Amino acid sequence: MHARADAADTAAESSTHWPDDIFATLQRFDVRQVPYVPDAGHSRLIQRVLASSTMRGIPLTTEEEGVALLAGAWAGGQRGVLLMQSSGVGNCINMLSLIPILRFPFLTLVTMRGEWGEFNPWQVPMGSTTQGVFELSGVKVLRASTAAEVAAVLEAAAAQAYNALTPTAVLLSQRLIGAKVFTK
Amino acid sequence: MSKANLLDRRQVVSTLLADRKDVVAIGGLGASTNDMCAAGDHARNFYLWGGMGGAAMIGLGLALAQPRLPVLVITGDGEMLMGMGSLATIGLQKPSNLSIAVLDNEAYGETGGQTSHTSATADLVGVARACGIVDSRSVTTMAEVEAFAKAVHDVTAGPRFANVKIDSANLERILPSRDGTYILNRIRGDLGFQPI
Repeated sequence: MHARADAADTAAESSTHWPDDIFATLQRFDVRQVPYVPDAGHSRLIQRVLASSTMRGIPLTTEEEGVALLAGAWAGGQRGVLLMQSSGVGNCINMLSLIPILRFPFLTLVTMRGEWGEFNPWQVPMGSTTQGVFELSGVKVLRASTAAEVAAVLEAAAAQAYNALTPTAVLLSQRLIGAKVFTK
Repeated sequence: MSKANLLDRRQVVSTLLADRKDVVAIGGLGASTNDMCAAGDHARNFYLWGGMGGAAMIGLGLALAQPRLPVLVITGDGEMLMGMGSLATIGLQKPSNLSIAVLDNEAYGETGGQTSHTSATADLVGVARACGIVDSRSVTTMAEVEAFAKAVHDVTAGPRFANVKIDSANLERILPSRDGTYILNRIRGDLGFQPI
């Protein structure tokens, strides 16, 4: 589980609501297919998606599957969003080439590891290159670092991804989701 | 080199698409996409020239978005091996309108004919079945191809998977459009969707 390693940083109450803000925004934008590789930071949102009657949560074996899935969904008239952790961004690289070639709406929400109080050094290399990988691949990057700004960032990201066909990634910072605490 | 008793890929794909009606067909990167074009260009042909390993997942996204339309993925053994995890994803979702046909020549024909894993140990039918795609068939005759082509139109009984053993002859390339935006929007237009 993720737990706040810096509990004084954000009010506990607002830190629990932001996944619901994301869900509400995705619902408003008529997002129908939600492929994901699980991450603790996405667990609440995944629960909401799996309980939804309008969205279909689709567990993947690797994140690149989700990029291809969203291309097919759009060919069939549906919008989607890909949920993953920063490590998964590296798994997507070649498949990201479908986005400029096919020009389908692409939105991904990425929970960050390898930054802000990280315990596990193995998360740091990919976490450090996540933003760069997206930018080199033609995906615009927005970031939410506090619970209070999640709703506005999501709104902007969904609007530009779905209305302007601007491929967009939202990085949900480790400061927001809380550094993972390893305890026995 | 052609071996005896192996099927001709163009004949297989022509048969799969002969009476296609409303089928949307996705052609995996490599010769499969050329075979689809050789069978006749069509507004519902999704030709891939890249994104190796993604054909089956594009098929899944389309099948879930359009559950009443038959969706047929036609791809090669190398492309399917790269996206093998997607068989697990499809097995879990069980889209009843999705069919996958692998043209298995046991080789990477586009890159010099290097042998693939299916030439020795990998059994894609076994993989698909073990991933929950109950209707998974090993196809070695044209009669079996015709039966699969017919089954594709039953959108209530999938997903289904066929591994079709074909000969490894390199045929003349029949090249479809390389313009991805055109290909995708042509499909969307044919399905009745407007441009954004």
